[in-house]
Amino acid sequence: MDLFLQQTVNALALGGTYALLALGLAVVFSIMGLINFAHGELMTIAGYVLMYCGIAGISFVIAVPLAITASTLAAVAMERIAFRPVRNGSGATMLVTSFAVAMILQVLFQNLISTRSQPVLLPAMLSSSIQIFGFVIGVNKLAAIVATVVMLVFLDWFMKFQKTGIAMRAAAEDFAVARLMGIRANTVIAGAFALSGLLAGVAAVLWVSQRASVDPLMGFLPVLKAFIAAILGGLGSLRGAVAGGFLLGFIEIYLAAFLPPEMQEFRDPISLGIVVLVLLFRPNGLIPSATLKAEKV
Amino acid sequence: MQSLLSATNLHVRYGAVEAVRGVNFNIQQGEIVALLGANGAGKSSILNAIVGLVPTAFGKVIFDSKDITGAAPELLAPAGLTLSPEGRRVFSTLSVADNLRMGAFSLTDKDAVSEAWNRVYDLFPILRERKDQYAGTLSGGQQQMLAVGRALMSNPRLLLLDEPSLGLAPLIVDQIFELIVKLRDQGMTLLVVEQNVAKTLQIADRGYVLVNGEIVAEGKPSELAGSGSMQDAYLGAH
Repeated sequence: MDLFLQQTVNALALGGTYALLALGLAVVFSIMGLINFAHGELMTIAGYVLMYCGIAGISFVIAVPLAITASTLAAVAMERIAFRPVRNGSGATMLVTSFAVAMILQVLFQNLISTRSQPVLLPAMLSSSIQIFGFVIGVNKLAAIVATVVMLVFLDWFMKFQKTGIAMRAAAEDFAVARLMGIRANTVIAGAFALSGLLAGVAAVLWVSQRASVDPLMGFLPVLKAFIAAILGGLGSLRGAVAGGFLLGFIEIYLAAFLPPEMQEFRDPISLGIVVLVLLFRPNGLIPSATLKAEKV
Repeated sequence: MQSLLSATNLHVRYGAVEAVRGVNFNIQQGEIVALLGANGAGKSSILNAIVGLVPTAFGKVIFDSKDITGAAPELLAPAGLTLSPEGRRVFSTLSVADNLRMGAFSLTDKDAVSEAWNRVYDLFPILRERKDQYAGTLSGGQQQMLAVGRALMSNPRLLLLDEPSLGLAPLIVDQIFELIVKLRDQGMTLLVVEQNVAKTLQIADRGYVLVNGEIVAEGKPSELAGSGSMQDAYLGAH
């Protein structure tokens, strides 16, 4: 039972990170119909900011907001430079553009920083653990869960009660009519990218806190997982992205913990098999988007 | 007298298909103007071209002495021109109140916003009752009221209505037409596209008849109803 609880905490921490990343993908997809595969590189940028802050001796408390700000600004710049020119292009055009952006950034990281994995200095406190209700939780896991909850509450508040957030939901449902109301396409799309960058930044801090290193390809795997989570939850649905992220986290952690050792090498195929099984019964995902059509500007 | 809106030699194309072929029309302050014609005559294309939802291939649209040809849709609501689109297109995943709030997106003055709230809620008391409900859960008639109410939230001087009575029960249809007259009497200018020709001719001050993307007749409702152009427009004997 102790092991089970322990693994549940791990699953919540990993699932929360996936949920934040999947949300970032979903926010942009719901408005533009674009799956931004360069989302992972936003994480990597935040990771490198953490690394350089560590080298420069800047306190972690300041490094974290700097890293999150960097990925947010990078997301807005990415939209302005790479995606705005192809906004009226087909879905395939935008998808290929996002791959190109991802690869260009990866090459830049490799050439300007290092091809190898770089250590990130983290406060010792993060790798310690505390006792709550009799069982031991790693501080980094607890921080991941708390950060995820804070971000989800913030995002929910923003989308429900802030004029810009409501406008983003309106634009996600019917972009043309939203524009008729005077809602500016550029503002809404830049806002969606900024939100996705913010989420990627927070996810990057959580991801790096578990690993204490950063490399040029760091963002690829988590974003691939987040993409799976977003599909599992229902592409374009924000609640679906959260549900899919957590479900995928639970599947992965429980399989790693409870699958017999001789089966461990089949962990990923089994995990993806479960995803396929869920999609067989719910082809549009756990919580499908109310408006499946992704109308473009 | 200066027109509130005028279109000169307006063309709209979808690929090789020319949906609107050089129409000229004008709308004076304070009148209800009807655009009549069969399905596919180009009525919605004209409205969508005015508000920038479809590109204008050729021609010119002047609103309030400003050239708005090809302007981005988001610039028109602040200028006092808006469209209540065909098929209602309310934001079904937003509450009624949030739909209206989005309608007032372009208003920056707080007093103007609260005035708009009161005006729309007074026109449609049912929307006040249902303000916290998702728009998708409203009936068709209520959704139409919401679509019109949402358009009114921006305090437009010119309101374009695309098929406001489509698919509604007769009683609701009457209410919608009464509303159009009421808005005109309050000083608003309206351009109405409708398939309910008889009712539209009863309330319109002037009308234009479209056939295959061209205007074939214009004038007062009495003149249009008496002429052969209406039969031509709807029966296709062109």
